[in-house]
Amino acid sequence: MSKQVQHWEKTRTLLFITLAIWFVFSIGIFFFGAEMEASSIRPFGYPLSYYMTCQGSLGIFVILIFWFAGRQEKIDEEFGFSEREDGE
Amino acid sequence: MIKGKFIDNLPKVYGIYTGGFLVFIILMAIAEQAGMTAKTIGICFVSFTVAIYAIIGYLSRTLQVDAYYVAGRQVPTVFNGMATAADWMSGASFVAMAGGIYFKGYGYMALLVGWTGGYVLVASLLAPYLRKFGCYTVPDFVGTRYGGNAARLCAVLVLTVASFTYVTAQINATGTIASVALDIPFGIAVYVGLASILLCSMLGGMRAVTWTQVAQYIVLIIAYLLPVFWISNKMGAGIFPHLMLADEVARIAELEGQFGFVKNSAADLATVPKGLAGITKAHSSVNATPWAFISLAVCMMAGTASLPHVMMRYFTTPSVKSARRSVGWSLFFIFLLYSSAPMLATLSKLSLMDPTLPTGIIGKSIADVQAIDWYQNWNQANLMFISDFNGNGTLELNEFFMGGKAVVLATPEIAGLPYVISGLVAAGGMAAAMSTADGLVLAIANALSHDLYYKIIDPKAETAKRLVVARVLLVIIGFAGATIAALEIQGILGSVIWAFDFAMSGLFFPLVLGVWWKRANGPGAVAGMLLGLASGTAYLIWVRTGGAGFWGITQLTFGIVGSLVSLVAMVVVSLMTAAPDSATQKMVDEVRVPSGKTVLGKQH
Repeated sequence: MSKQVQHWEKTRTLLFITLAIWFVFSIGIFFFGAEMEASSIRPFGYPLSYYMTCQGSLGIFVILIFWFAGRQEKIDEEFGFSEREDGE
Repeated sequence: MIKGKFIDNLPKVYGIYTGGFLVFIILMAIAEQAGMTAKTIGICFVSFTVAIYAIIGYLSRTLQVDAYYVAGRQVPTVFNGMATAADWMSGASFVAMAGGIYFKGYGYMALLVGWTGGYVLVASLLAPYLRKFGCYTVPDFVGTRYGGNAARLCAVLVLTVASFTYVTAQINATGTIASVALDIPFGIAVYVGLASILLCSMLGGMRAVTWTQVAQYIVLIIAYLLPVFWISNKMGAGIFPHLMLADEVARIAELEGQFGFVKNSAADLATVPKGLAGITKAHSSVNATPWAFISLAVCMMAGTASLPHVMMRYFTTPSVKSARRSVGWSLFFIFLLYSSAPMLATLSKLSLMDPTLPTGIIGKSIADVQAIDWYQNWNQANLMFISDFNGNGTLELNEFFMGGKAVVLATPEIAGLPYVISGLVAAGGMAAAMSTADGLVLAIANALSHDLYYKIIDPKAETAKRLVVARVLLVIIGFAGATIAALEIQGILGSVIWAFDFAMSGLFFPLVLGVWWKRANGPGAVAGMLLGLASGTAYLIWVRTGGAGFWGITQLTFGIVGSLVSLVAMVVVSLMTAAPDSATQKMVDEVRVPSGKTVLGKQH
């Protein structure tokens, strides 16, 4: 049972980290739309505010999910909770 | 076709399919050169692709419960990602999104951020745990986790309200495209669209929908990306538009400054046909307050995590691990289209606005523009309109009006691409609308047949009878949706956004807390679902009937009110009533680890 408690604690920590990153790029930066527009950081030449809404945040979400999935798999393995017969 | 063998051969089967589709496009291009009319090409594209989906639907027919409800839980990670992307990207995403960006700019982009960011919530909070649960439908999870028919019934209610709001919009979109491409009246086209949707899902349930959705994704992504790349290259804007349109975005801002946004008088605007809009907002600069942007994004994200037709796609993967990865693949495939929509909007706007381009119309004489072929076509289709308000004989920026759909549908023609591309775009739009409608109709019918009929009304029903009931309900719901769609009550995009708010109001916290808060119990969940849905709906009605609203929450973001009420009600009622019994607590513990058997049996 304690193994399960530890597993869940680590899983929860990972969730909080994932949600924190998610919060920054889905909500946090958009408090500063005007500042992003005025910023001198211009990815590929686009205004930063425009770039984040078109590609930036969207791409970060894709990477974030794969990173999250990888970390969660490691946690599951560490405690011997990963599945036997995997579909992959 | 043997099942095991089919699954092993998926990459080959869909590889051949994709190759075949590309050959078909080339054949159509040759036919166009040989003199085939635009109308015939449109008919060929739509009927050929729909026929393929119907064949896949027929080949995937099944008499097994777990194949019908969850595709036998053997859909590989990447293919499930494609199917989810098609399930997700509706007619609204395909046809209306680029138009929304074109007209509303930054403020509208909140939808893109919301509709992608929601997948982070799906992956981290819900999908793997619901997969481990082993349920057939979302109410199945709610009913088992919280115990009792009341919770199950409430979940069915919220699911039906949200999905039904959404599905009428999708059947409407299939009807619109079918009526344009096949040249039949909208009232009939809606039922043609419905028939194609049912062909895909009726015989094989989730299994058939899965394999047609993969096929539909391939068609829709080719149909979206090919014109974007082609136009960009043709205009000399860049080989890879996504990374190379910065100059074009800057040029639009420059032209906007040059032309200025002149406000039209109300009398002038009254002459513009309904549904058309002019360019009144800056293309790339920040034009919305942080709260307006964030509140809309939050609603779309929480709604994404609560919409049952998306969630049930992750019940079909072979394992918890692959459910998690599958969410990543889904978002990747969605990203391909979403990141292209702003580029299409940019290319479309610049090609119309820039007087130095051969396609530019602003600044030309009104008579010249009225003589252009594509202007006449789209004017006739009620998607374009110009008028010389100031009487100077020249077309100004504020004198040009376009429908939102025209950005996707008309841009290839404006940019001078061959008609075969317009046919392809019609097939893509049809695929997008059909795949979403399929998923939604199936989600509603499955919830009613499995949760309402089998679990509550007749738990002793035999497999054959259950599947008959499921199919009858599918047809009834399809017809109900089509009948309402034929009435054309609301626009496509408005009702899509409402669906997210409804789902968020009633289901977000009951689902999330079901996994993450052991103390959550049945009475709490029932209170959360009912009060959440009721308060969200009440707020919507209040604002729609002239109410002032509060906190800047509009009819597009009423889910914030609903979900907050839902959260408070659920926590308060849960804490006031007895804690869940030890069996339920143990069940939650089991859901939290990927290994071991699913909570519900393979067949239930």
